[in-house]
Amino acid sequence: MLQFPTWKMATVILVCLAGVVFSAPNLFYPTVEQANDARAAIEAGRDGPELQAQAEAWPEWAPSDLVNLGLDLRGGAHLLVEVHVADVYAERMNALWPEARGALRDLRDEVGAFRRVGDRPDALEIRLDDAAGADAAAEVLRGLAQPVNAGLLGGGGPDLTVSVDGATVTAELTDQAKAAIDDRTMAQSLEIVRRRIDETGTREPTIQRQGDDRILVQVPGVGSAEEVMAIIGTTARLTFHMVEGTTQDADASPPPGQIKLPDAEQPGVFYLLEEAALITGDRLTDAQPGFDSRSGQPVVNFRFDAAGARRFGEVTAANVGRPFAVVLDGAVITAPTIREAITGGSGQISGSFTVETASQLAILLRAGALPAEITVLEQRTVGPDLGADSIAAGEIAVVVAFAAVLIFMFVSYGLFGFFANIALLLNVAMLMALLSLIGATLTLPGIAGIVLTIGMAVDANVLIFERIREELKTARGPARAIEAGYARAFTSIVDANVTTLIAASILFFMGSGPVKGFAVTLALGIVTSVFSATLVTRLMVAAWFDRARPKTLKV
Amino acid sequence: MRLKLVPEETSFDFMSLGKWAAGLSIAGILASIALVVVMGLNFGIDFRGGTMIEARTQGPADIGAIRATASDLGFGEVQVQEFGAPTDVMLRIGTVDGDGDAQMAVVGQVQDALSAEFEGIEFRRVEVVGPKVSGELITDGLLALALSIGAILIYIWLRFEWQFALGAVIALVHDVLLTVGLFSVLQLEFNLSIIAALLTIVGYSLNDTVIVFDRVRENLRKYKQMPLAGVLNLSINETLSRTVMTSGTTLLALIALYALGGEVIRGFTFAMIWGVVVGTYSSIFIAAFFLLKLGVSRDWSKPEKDPKAGTNFGAQV
Repeated sequence: MLQFPTWKMATVILVCLAGVVFSAPNLFYPTVEQANDARAAIEAGRDGPELQAQAEAWPEWAPSDLVNLGLDLRGGAHLLVEVHVADVYAERMNALWPEARGALRDLRDEVGAFRRVGDRPDALEIRLDDAAGADAAAEVLRGLAQPVNAGLLGGGGPDLTVSVDGATVTAELTDQAKAAIDDRTMAQSLEIVRRRIDETGTREPTIQRQGDDRILVQVPGVGSAEEVMAIIGTTARLTFHMVEGTTQDADASPPPGQIKLPDAEQPGVFYLLEEAALITGDRLTDAQPGFDSRSGQPVVNFRFDAAGARRFGEVTAANVGRPFAVVLDGAVITAPTIREAITGGSGQISGSFTVETASQLAILLRAGALPAEITVLEQRTVGPDLGADSIAAGEIAVVVAFAAVLIFMFVSYGLFGFFANIALLLNVAMLMALLSLIGATLTLPGIAGIVLTIGMAVDANVLIFERIREELKTARGPARAIEAGYARAFTSIVDANVTTLIAASILFFMGSGPVKGFAVTLALGIVTSVFSATLVTRLMVAAWFDRARPKTLKV
Repeated sequence: MRLKLVPEETSFDFMSLGKWAAGLSIAGILASIALVVVMGLNFGIDFRGGTMIEARTQGPADIGAIRATASDLGFGEVQVQEFGAPTDVMLRIGTVDGDGDAQMAVVGQVQDALSAEFEGIEFRRVEVVGPKVSGELITDGLLALALSIGAILIYIWLRFEWQFALGAVIALVHDVLLTVGLFSVLQLEFNLSIIAALLTIVGYSLNDTVIVFDRVRENLRKYKQMPLAGVLNLSINETLSRTVMTSGTTLLALIALYALGGEVIRGFTFAMIWGVVVGTYSSIFIAAFFLLKLGVSRDWSKPEKDPKAGTNFGAQV
């Protein structure tokens, strides 16, 4: 059937046109990107003649979807970090201990003396002097369990299971409780990481949860991963404590109810502080870097919410003349003496800050503290120069590969090769259009995928043309040969491409980062090349045949 | 006049060449396995963990001095080599004790030391892979390879017969092992992108094999009396022109990428070029030869009883 129904012909032509139109913005990448950014800025409320000019550089009606450039092409930092969710279990257990202590004291007659043993983060182990009281103690601990908040579906059981082994009673977090804590910790961590990165004003960061306890952070345009880690790797837990004393003795153990923390700047100096914090950083509503009005030193100005301001006012009024300590992540940054009650709800942290460290601390305090510690598992940074070099090299390689394949095809198959070449150009246009429309990320291996597609895309045409050559030897006339060539080659084309598609999809599901990008381009390339070989060249061959009506055929 | 890499009519006796080829391939595979066992693979940081820094110096890089500066910091052996251009170097540092944060600290110290020693040095790329992740990357990579070969085995089995599936998979394993062997003997860096290349080679080589098998199936139906060796020879000769053409265009594109695409993907394209060559060879000599040895039950190919043997979803237009 060399005759195409009109609707089919129209569809094929429309798809090809769409491919050309939607891939076109990528040819004017910098202009379109700037115009898109400018439009987003205007929409966000900023405006100016420069933004307007940039927005108008690319016409409003034209498609403006672009292929995203991956970090290896644009430059930027990629970090895979791990959230120590077990920290939060330990926190829950540490909070449980004073409660348990209080409750067990009421049972002193039955259980005798007791103490906390073991160091599991997800369990509270208590050894009793009197094993006979173990069951009673277990009963008390069970009473301290809280229902797990398992979301809307409810049905949350207790968050603790209590077991008895001789004189040791163990209260342990249930798996359900751990899962709930994990989810909450990850959600909070993601939110805080996102807020902190947004505060730095980078464009289009990617922040995704990966697996149970990991976060993938990709920030384009950042020169080093250390910069990103400085922002997201700090827990930034701020607390205020009354100071009981100082010591130089690193081994000194603090009296009950007190904690010993090091000075952030001077090694060997330790403070003895009241264990219970006067107030914590989650009461902050704002923090801004500034300068001290007298000394001119960089400082961080902060403001409490209403409840925090009231509490801060009361505490400072009651302790005029005594020093209090500002503690950040387990180290004392400053320990000033309270000169008068601070009632306005705002204050100032001075330490040995530079302008940069002050503004960074302000960002961290504004975004809030991370619920658990974060450490790096993997980082990859590409400088912008290398990215630009890679793009340039990739472009040249694509052009040369293209030219070589076009010439090769034309020399081998003549007019039919010419048809295949047009289909190949349309094929790459459709591939770029698809990548732009789905917002796929183009990586360096992705460019390799495109080049490989160019090489392999002609395969379907080669199969068909070779088949036509064979059929010409036996079939009656060129029309039948062409028809049979397309029909017989089709099963081979399907089989051959499905197998490559299998490999590409496994690459996609198993791979990470750049490898995934390669799999996407390869898979889409297979789809567009089958389309262009079986329909686009066929349309051209049919149209030519209809017009020329050749008696003999030379493929 | 048309360019024809393969003459119009060929009648090579691939099947009698088959045992020589099989011998050669088995020797190659055994050599590859021995090489991997004895010499091992030059695993990149993706699989070994550690730090990699690509740097560009002002003027030609003094590799010895860079190595000395970086080694003095005491993070164990530091490998330094030229990377694509005389001004570019690649540093590799093994995993240090501690978690990812400790690895990050190494990067900072090395960069500081190099910046102090070599004026205008520029750090173009930094990668750190912690020990926890590198283990996972190995298992994921091997799993991906095994999964794809398994999936392909099942697909061919459904579309053809088990003998075809086994023949194709033997050819695939052959291609993968020879590629791994080449990376071992040349001690080229074996990283994640090489795993991607191996998977692509699997897809490509299979593509070639399937085209030949497709023709074998067709000819088995057409020439019911012809001995199997004859059918296989005929099928390979009929598809030879296409096999060579497609390998030719793909190689043209890959060579362009290898020569011009930059140092970062050179390992990947090198593996691909080798894979296309080996894959083409294996679809011509190895896959069909093992099919001959395994034999084919020809009852299923009777078109009058069951015209669509196998799950035939390629539409017959």
